[in-house]
Amino acid sequence: MSRARRIEFFVLLAAVAALVALPFFAEKFYVQFFAKILIMAILAMSLDLLLGYTGLVSFGHAAFYGVAAYALAMVTPQYQAANFWTSFPLALAVAGLAALVIGFFVVRTHGIFFIMVTLAFAQMLFFVFHDTKLAGGNDGIYIDVRPVAKIGDWQPFDLDKFTHVYYLVLVAFVIVYLFLRVLLASPFGKVLVGIKANEHRMKSLGYATFRYKLVCFVIAGVLGGLAGYLSAIQFGVVNPEMMGWHLSGAVMMMVILGGMGTLVGPILGAAVWMLIELFFQGLPTVGEINLGKHWHLWMGLFIVLASLFLPKGLIGLGAALLRRGQRNKAEGDV
Amino acid sequence: MDFHFFLIQLMNGVQYGLLLFLLSAGLTLVFGIMGIINIAHGSFYMIGAYLAWSLTGKLGSFWLALPAGIVLTVALGMLLEWLVIKRLYHRDLLYQVLATYGLILVCEELRSVLWGDDVRGFNIPEALNQSIQLSETLSYPVYRLWISGVCLAVAVLLYWVIQHTRLGMKIRAGASNREMVQSLGIDIQIVYRIVFAAGVTLAALAGMIAAPVSSVFPGMGNHVLIICFVVVVIGGLGSVKGALVASVMIGLVDTFGKVLEFSVGGVRLLPELSSMTVYVLMAVILLWRPEGLFGKKL
Repeated sequence: MSRARRIEFFVLLAAVAALVALPFFAEKFYVQFFAKILIMAILAMSLDLLLGYTGLVSFGHAAFYGVAAYALAMVTPQYQAANFWTSFPLALAVAGLAALVIGFFVVRTHGIFFIMVTLAFAQMLFFVFHDTKLAGGNDGIYIDVRPVAKIGDWQPFDLDKFTHVYYLVLVAFVIVYLFLRVLLASPFGKVLVGIKANEHRMKSLGYATFRYKLVCFVIAGVLGGLAGYLSAIQFGVVNPEMMGWHLSGAVMMMVILGGMGTLVGPILGAAVWMLIELFFQGLPTVGEINLGKHWHLWMGLFIVLASLFLPKGLIGLGAALLRRGQRNKAEGDV
Repeated sequence: MDFHFFLIQLMNGVQYGLLLFLLSAGLTLVFGIMGIINIAHGSFYMIGAYLAWSLTGKLGSFWLALPAGIVLTVALGMLLEWLVIKRLYHRDLLYQVLATYGLILVCEELRSVLWGDDVRGFNIPEALNQSIQLSETLSYPVYRLWISGVCLAVAVLLYWVIQHTRLGMKIRAGASNREMVQSLGIDIQIVYRIVFAAGVTLAALAGMIAAPVSSVFPGMGNHVLIICFVVVVIGGLGSVKGALVASVMIGLVDTFGKVLEFSVGGVRLLPELSSMTVYVLMAVILLWRPEGLFGKKL
């Protein structure tokens, strides 16, 4: 393990320990807020697999998040509970299938075309759910009763309790992180990084890059679906906005903000993004203008400034400051 | 379907297609010449529509609002190029997408602050508020014909400026080799600023002339932006000719998808799924020619 990797490992271990302890002292609002951050972190990590590692700039990643949430909502009978152990794999399968079909078309395009086509397909799904009465249309649907996780008579966890939801999300988060670590260290992961660096060369080395990219797109879709399923459980409501481009753009921004091409970056980015959002929403009324009501404006300005002046994200900024510190120290020694 | 009904739908489809061309021409020009992908393009459409609505109210006439709106949007385009876009020329596509995505949020929220969140309708200008009688029961509004006329005029003007003027020469030269043009003593920065402002103005103009028929409402730019992307994907990025062909294709497919009935095995697909027809068209084109009809091979 390199030094940086060791630091990352211990920082994450400490963070997870703190997160495990959180429900023992924090209020409900903060527990749920952190669950939301973790869900966004899963979504951002799954996007980073495409964006930072494979070089596929997907602007439609929210589609898979939304599709899995809708899958849960649609198998939940009215006023009754769905079964967690069947609805969970089903939702992931639906997200994976959507990613397979969309990926089959989009993965053959490159660069700017890829961005536009992923966005267009995601918007197509958005309009299908928004305009038709398939699942509540514009207003979305409520999941009246959360899924029940019974095996025979034994119930390992109860999703009506917010702490149980929180721990489920935390477990999912840790599993996704470890899974991606292993995946990226595997030969498959190396091929993905190779595709980002130079796809033509990978092709001439004999790799069927189309298939690698498609599989990668499906994996990212399934993980995005996982985040969507968890979100549907936490909030008990599913609406078309969940697959809209505002979310796709926000997740992309989380990845960039933290630092793409790393796994810690998206996690950090998701946390900082959610905190900034919370901050802007809570801005006071100055004179006659309610600053908090127009938080989208501040968010938009923040995005413009961050993408102009923070190209490598917070991780890059931290590394640059660290390097400068070391250089100053070295010069001081002379 | 009788002949007159078919004719009306055909003209509606062509008119919608030409309006889409006006919009996507700006998007494809800015990319083709400057290498900038501007996803805030739909927001300028919205701003154009709101400007037409509010200036018509203030100045009392649509015909005064139109030139005033154009002057304002040219200024807006130049300002944005100076503030934001010029910092993105040498940057990865990803940052161009994100920065302009940020602009969408800013535009949308400023619109909410300035003009509120209500749907606004406004009247078709008096002079064009007539219809041509086609048969006893069917007629076609003159205003829609006027929209098509404006779009065609702009297309011809664009062609003339780019192919036959000195500015057009500089623009074409700048598109193929930026450094060479600079070393010949031409201020490419000014040329780019003009091109970007032109792109913004084309989108806003589309919004202004569409406003009386489509009404003016929040988020109106978003749907239009996605359709513009579909146009550009089908026509090929950077190709104005491709944008024209693809726009009219989409206009026709979309219009006829809404009025035709089509069933497979007893399941009605059209018009129920008409909002998907253009995406299906895009998917087919992608399989056949991933670079678009008139795009350069990637």
